[in-house]
Amino acid sequence: MFRRVLGKTLGFLGYTVQYGCIAHCAFEYIGEFVACSGPSMEPTITSHDVVFSERLSRHLCRIEKGDIVIAKSPFDPHMNICKRVIGLEGDKICTSGPSDVFKTHQYVPKGHVWLEGDNLRNSTDSRSYGPVPYALIRGRVCLKLWPPHNFGALNQSPTGRIVKRSD
Amino acid sequence: MAQQAGAGRRYVRAFVSGFFVAVPVTVTVLDRFAYVARVEGASMQPSLNPEGNVTGSDVVLLNRWSVRNYQVRRGDIVSVLSPKNPQQKIIKRVIALEGDFIKTLGYKNRYLKVPDGHFWIEGDHHGHSLDSNSFGPALRTPWRARCSVKCCVWCSHGVSLGLVHGRASHIIWPPNRWQRIEPSIPPERMPLLNWHADATEDEEKD
Repeated sequence: MFRRVLGKTLGFLGYTVQYGCIAHCAFEYIGEFVACSGPSMEPTITSHDVVFSERLSRHLCRIEKGDIVIAKSPFDPHMNICKRVIGLEGDKICTSGPSDVFKTHQYVPKGHVWLEGDNLRNSTDSRSYGPVPYALIRGRVCLKLWPPHNFGALNQSPTGRIVKRSD
Repeated sequence: MAQQAGAGRRYVRAFVSGFFVAVPVTVTVLDRFAYVARVEGASMQPSLNPEGNVTGSDVVLLNRWSVRNYQVRRGDIVSVLSPKNPQQKIIKRVIALEGDFIKTLGYKNRYLKVPDGHFWIEGDHHGHSLDSNSFGPALRTPWRARCSVKCCVWCSHGVSLGLVHGRASHIIWPPNRWQRIEPSIPPERMPLLNWHADATEDEEKD
């Protein structure tokens, strides 16, 4: 009797461990659901939207300019930020505002990316904290899931800040 | 004939079910609990690889569970995803945490405060190590462009805590170097003071 209960418990634990590990692999290597908050990506993503971010692009190093990514915040690793990739390593970014007379530029260092929110007036991004290491990126947002009337792929950048190809 | 087909199908099913248990469990253990890596390079001599690659490199056990909340201590040897190459990992010693004031070796700001969410890492072998002390974007080519854990070039204000990968807890190969790695900072590299510490503690340290 006792042995049967023990057997069943161990079997249950075994299945839990196995399915837990499969879930970890799915969330770590395939994709995860993210609930966004904050105004920095309006109008593309508004607060309380739920999006699906896929992890394969990040692991295969295929994040491109114009992608919206989820990344760990450089100043607080427990927080995640959702921004658009404006420039990759080696790109020249214009860091002065549109109203400045003298234009300043900065090159994105090797292994880093330049992130900016779509809502330029209300977003703290690389313009304030500089380029972000690529390794902090968690995934690429590919699909908006909630609210249902906005279901589908995400729009292109409304800001026109994406660095053009230099060659 | 039918019996052989039945046996073959049984083997295939056993293999597939074993595969779907072994691979996720192994991947989860490597991602969450422990990771094993070979150390290359001389930047952590004499703590790691004291004879270089001549007699074989050290293999270390990296504890990933202890850094799941990004808690590192001064003096730990940690592996970090390289800010210069996201597919490389580098292994260095933690010298200072956020809020510490440190004196840098060879970098233009002699004294600097480590920003929030960052920490400062250095190799033990100062002549040989490209670490938080190096000039950032000026050096473009990594020194030794090869596998597992290496020395590299960083940003000038420390490394973001989100890049931490694991804490090196034991050296597990070669067998004559089996040991537990204890946290220790060379006394000349101790941080000068900590912004977040009590005022009385600051006076004692200085």
